Amino acid sequence: MNNIFAITKKELKTYFLSPIAYVVFTLFLLIAGFFFATYLINTQQATLRPTFYNLIITLLFFMPLITMKLFAEERKAGTLEMLMTKPVRDSEVVLGKFLAAFSFFFVMLASTLPYVLILTKYGNPDMGAIWTGYLGFLLLGAAFISIGLFASTLTENQIIAGVLGFSLILFLWVIGWLSGILGISSDSIFNYLSFATKIDDFFRGIIDFRSIIYYLSVTGFMLFVTIKSIEVRKWK
Amino acid sequence: MIKVKNLTKKYQNSKALQDVSFEVAKGEVVGFLGPNGAGKTTTMRILTGFLPMTSGQATIDGLDVFKDSLKIREKIGYLPETTPLYPEMSILEFLNFIAELKKVPREKRQEDVSRSLDKCDLEDVKNKIIKTLSKGYRQRVGIAQALLGNPDVLILDEPTIGLDPKQIIQIRKLIKNLGREKTIILSTHILQEVSAVCDKVIIINEGKTVAIDTPENLTSKFSGGMIVNITVKGNAEQVKNCLSGLENIKEVNIKNQTEGKVQLEVKSKGKSDSREIIASAIVRNGWGLLEISQEKMGLEEIFVKLTGKNNE
Repeated sequence: MNNIFAITKKELKTYFLSPIAYVVFTLFLLIAGFFFATYLINTQQATLRPTFYNLIITLLFFMPLITMKLFAEERKAGTLEMLMTKPVRDSEVVLGKFLAAFSFFFVMLASTLPYVLILTKYGNPDMGAIWTGYLGFLLLGAAFISIGLFASTLTENQIIAGVLGFSLILFLWVIGWLSGILGISSDSIFNYLSFATKIDDFFRGIIDFRSIIYYLSVTGFMLFVTIKSIEVRKWK
Repeated sequence: MIKVKNLTKKYQNSKALQDVSFEVAKGEVVGFLGPNGAGKTTTMRILTGFLPMTSGQATIDGLDVFKDSLKIREKIGYLPETTPLYPEMSILEFLNFIAELKKVPREKRQEDVSRSLDKCDLEDVKNKIIKTLSKGYRQRVGIAQALLGNPDVLILDEPTIGLDPKQIIQIRKLIKNLGREKTIILSTHILQEVSAVCDKVIIINEGKTVAIDTPENLTSKFSGGMIVNITVKGNAEQVKNCLSGLENIKEVNIKNQTEGKVQLEVKSKGKSDSREIIASAIVRNGWGLLEISQEKMGLEEIFVKLTGKNNE
């Protein structure tokens, strides 16, 4: 447990020691603010739903940028060997890095909370839908991060890791379209696997436990695959 | 302390290590010598649990490096090849992080880190960011992190590579000091390094151990006869014939001939010192003896001989 936190702490520190954190943070807030402000000014409606949709799309691009360096950089610099020959388990390293990226994401998301304040001050928003929306964000964010982390273990090139992570996330986002194209009913396997179909419920204020379990299983599964991917070096 | 038995490592098609066996006693400083690609790094990676072996066994302090890997990693300090460090961190931050991973208890961490800084002479620069450091300092940070948690065994992969002569001397001195209390395995392809710091040499080539001995023993075992170089004023052929007829002389070669002066290389049989006989023979014949010196076969020649790189 201590090892996990040691790694989380170190990764978070590294985010803020390099420009990545500041660039990602600033641009995310700018984009989020733009979405929130334009919608509010245009429609005068006290709701975060449209902003949430736009933010999800933004995250599709941003999350792989947060995760891409986590293993790729260590592999390139050779520090993975330094790390893995210390008394830490592979799983502790993976979880530590996951938690670091998740905490970073959590702070990013928390920085949009002033929008809620603004809405409650000047309007009467559906608070239930807002909180379930945030819950959906956290679950989806965890899944995005686990996928990005996995992509990062596959290569020592950060750009490839980023593009790979983004493609995997995007694919799982749009996989539901396949049922439409193939003319299968809307509750097909593709719809079940899609990220997009489930997030809708959360933004409407509905908590479906199947969706929660789905996001958590994707995260758990991807973390497991990530650990295995790190171990692959041992079986070559 | 360290026992390696029939260690074999195969990568997809190639064998990186074949039946490597050796032992390292507590407190020994052992040099792992071999050309690039001989299997030094692979052996070290297996000992540190980064890679598993294909077959064979390796134990450190009685613990199996594969089964008890986590426990072993607490007992060893490892400096990987090329000294990978986190460039954004300061030396202090980096060492604190590694100390935490090495399970140094929180209350002892500061003491452990400053002891390590002190040993590697880094106290004055501890707040510097690693990416701004020179190669010599980086190497010292690499050794400093290996010392954290006070491990009994240090495994250093090419600790002096890429350093300037002054830095090399500093690092060797540091390793020699550390060798007083710790068991050390270091790899190198620099031969003076082995004679300078090691109690024992393991020469490895193409995945096989070709010699394990002390540097002194290796020198005397492989020198195979003594070589005496002489410069004489006189006729080359006459001198050569005269010397070849002497007792205990195996071979005489003319190396150089200029204006009545001749340089010869005289190889004697066994380990006998033939300098006196040669000198008196030359004087008896009335030639002028300008120079006489004994050539020792250095580790370089032994190394080349053993690793078969010299096919001329």
